[in-house]
Formats: sequence, structure tokens, C-alpha cells
Amino acid sequence: MTTPALEVRDLAYAYPDGRQVLYGVNLTVHAGERVALLGPNGAGKTTLVLHLNGILTAGHGSVTVAGLPVAREHLLEIRRRVGVVFQDPDDQLFMPTVAEDVAFGPTNLGLDRAAVAERVTEALTAVGMADHADRAPHHLSFGQRRRVAVATVLAMRPEILVLDEPTSNLDPASRRELADILESLSLPTLVVTHDLPYAWQLCPRSVLLDDGVVVADRPTPELLADSELLRSHRLELPYGFDPAAV
Amino acid sequence: MAVVSTPGQVAVAFVAYAGLLSAVTAIAGVSVGFVARGLVVETPFVVFAALLPFFAGGEQVDVGGLALSREGLADAGTLLAKATLGIWTSMLLAGTTRPQELVAALQRLRLPRLLVETLSFMVRYLDVVADDLRRMRIARESRGFHARGPRHWGVLAASAGALFIRSYERGERVYLAMLSRGYAGRLVLSNDRPATGREWLTGATLPVLGALVCVAAWVTGR
Repeated sequence: MTTPALEVRDLAYAYPDGRQVLYGVNLTVHAGERVALLGPNGAGKTTLVLHLNGILTAGHGSVTVAGLPVAREHLLEIRRRVGVVFQDPDDQLFMPTVAEDVAFGPTNLGLDRAAVAERVTEALTAVGMADHADRAPHHLSFGQRRRVAVATVLAMRPEILVLDEPTSNLDPASRRELADILESLSLPTLVVTHDLPYAWQLCPRSVLLDDGVVVADRPTPELLADSELLRSHRLELPYGFDPAAV
Repeated sequence: MAVVSTPGQVAVAFVAYAGLLSAVTAIAGVSVGFVARGLVVETPFVVFAALLPFFAGGEQVDVGGLALSREGLADAGTLLAKATLGIWTSMLLAGTTRPQELVAALQRLRLPRLLVETLSFMVRYLDVVADDLRRMRIARESRGFHARGPRHWGVLAASAGALFIRSYERGERVYLAMLSRGYAGRLVLSNDRPATGREWLTGATLPVLGALVCVAAWVTGR
């Protein structure tokens, strides 16, 4: 059996003020899988994401990325392996131009000028933003910024992609463009989302997190058909969305 | 620097500088309105210059019924000329250079790393913060608020406080995003492309001509 791209075991975490957020989360993402992480607001999804690249340190339990444990000694390599795209692109695009933003990651990895330039072109082309390399991020539309944010992470050649609410505030066309991009990359992906149809479209498997524990881990169609389960965790399918018709 | 070091008496030198700057402004395509807006910064100097002739000592001269100091007038004239020319030059720089390039240039000129990084973030996030400010103002006005005097300053102060906290929290999130891409303490700003010979030549023209005018002024002014 091949090493899972991501393995989270018994992860527990409490904020410094004492509030317990995660009570023992178990989650595995295998190579080639796309998994949706669903759950109501306050379930602990973003907290969980921050553990995956070592921003937060677990109080108990472990996180392993492609065999490498998340620990102080390996932080740079872990942050290369786990590409996190945060919810607000303006938090993630902090350099004066798009090209410099995408170059930020590879430069921190110690690559030389030529290699960095190559990675930048590769990543921007993968998201269809190669023509905008010299523009300032605040001159781009929201959808374009979201795509560039994905590119900033792709440039580091991650082993697993983690997206936090990738479709929030996106118009339908941008939403579709993003889905096309994600499908074209063959990376294991964890998508944290409230957008249930998107989860259905992109992720064959879904994990439901609520109150700091994994409540369900099933194939997406099965999970989304269980309306009782969804309702008890503040999730609902959108008006008019008929799973049978998909 | 050439402007500032020119002796005040040689008025023709300042005319020459103005001529040079006009030529560059026209060639660079910087609008007159843009330069004029920058000159607003000069207002305190203009006020000071206007007061000089009244308060300076020395020989008095009669101007329109007022007894003004000759030296004061001369000094005021020099001050105005130098200030205006200085600001004009700065506006030319501002009008022809992108902010990112300015920051990269400052880094090349060995401005302390922390200052360069702070400036770089400012350039990037000024628009974002200004946008936040605009949205808060719209929200206030949509609920009937209109700032009319000191009694409304409390509301404006609260908005400013909220903006500060939001910006602070954004700063924290940006920091997390930087850490997530391997940031370890050193930001590499690289708008890097060495200047070509032609660019050096174009860039050097104005300073060299300016220096020549200054030297000429010193030589002839004696």
C-alpha cells in the first residue's frame, strides 16, 4: 500500500485561551484523491488546515505528509509539500507584482534565478494567468486573484493541495474555470467548502467535520443524499439542486 | 541637489532649470495637472516665503506702500524658486516611475532592509486599506451619518480604530501566508533587470545638465 499523501491521526488542539477546538481528528488522503472537507462554521476546519503545514502545533496526535511528519525540523519541506490556498487572495498576494508573488515560494526554497523563473512560468501557465505576470495584484479581478493564489502554491510543486473555501465570492464562470484547473492538475487535493454542488462535482469522497471531530467519511453522493445527517450539522443542499439529476 | 546648491543671486540659473524641467516634463508626457497637484505640498513654504520680507532685517525697499526688506525679498524669491523646482523634479519622478520600481530602486540604493520591506507592503496594501475606508464611509452614509463637526469625531475615531484592527488582523493573515510558503525572515524583492546603457544615458541627462547650470551660476555669479 502506497504512502498516503496526508495522514492525520488523533489530532487534538486547544487555543491558547483554553478553548478546545479539535478533539481527535482522523483523516487520510491517498495519492490521486480529491477529498471535500465539509462542516458548519466553527467546526474547526480552518484550524485543521493550519495544522497541515505546521502553522499550528497539535496538542496531541500527529500529521504526516507523504511520509514526513510535521515537525520543527522539517517545516520548510512540509510547507513545500502542503500547498495551502487561503480564503482571501489579498492575504496571499502580498508582493508588488504577480510574478514576484509566484516567485516568493520557490525563492524561499533556495532555487536559483533561472529555476525560479521557470517555476513561475510553469505555475502561471497552469492557471491561465501567464499574460498577467507583471501586473499588480490589486489590478486583477477577484477570480484572477484566486487563480494567481493557486499559482503561488503550485510553483512550489506541492505533494498535496489544500484549498480553503475556493469558491467563495466567485462568479459562476470563475467557479467553473477554477474547477477546470483543479481537474487538470492530478494532485491529491483537500477542498474545504460550503459549496456542496462543487464538492459533488470535484470530490468523489467527503469528510464531515463538526465540533472538532470527524462525523462522517463517505463517498460524496452517499453523504449528500443523507439529508438527515446534513441537517443535523447545519448543512443543506441548495434550493432546486436534485442529486438524482446529476 | 544642483538646484539647492545654486547661489540665490543668479536668477537666470533658475530660469534655466525651469526650462530643463519643462522639456523633460513634455518628453516624459507627465501632465501639468499632476505636477500642479504636487505643488500643493509647497503651501507652508509659500506662506513662510511671503512672511520673510516683512520680518527680515537689513535695507528696506518700498513696494506698493509697504516697507519690505530687500534681503527678505531676495531670500523669499530664492526659497520659492528652489522649493518649486524641487517639487517639480519629485513629481516628475513620481509620474514616470511605478511605485514597485521605486521601492526596488531604493533597495538597490541600500536603504535598510526593514524600511524597504515596509515600503513594499505599503505600496501593495495602500489600495486595499483605502478600499476598506471607502466601504466603511459608504456604510456610514447609508445609515444617515454625515460628519459635520467635532461632535461627530467620535464616530470617525471609532471607524479609524476598527480599520486599524482589521488591518492588523490582515497583517497577521499575510504573515501566516508568508510562513506557509517558506518565509524564514528575509524578503527577496527583485524587480531585477540591470539598467541598459541607453537607460543610463537617458537618466543621466537631466542631472548632468543641472550640474552644468549650477557650475555656470557659481562661476558667473562671482
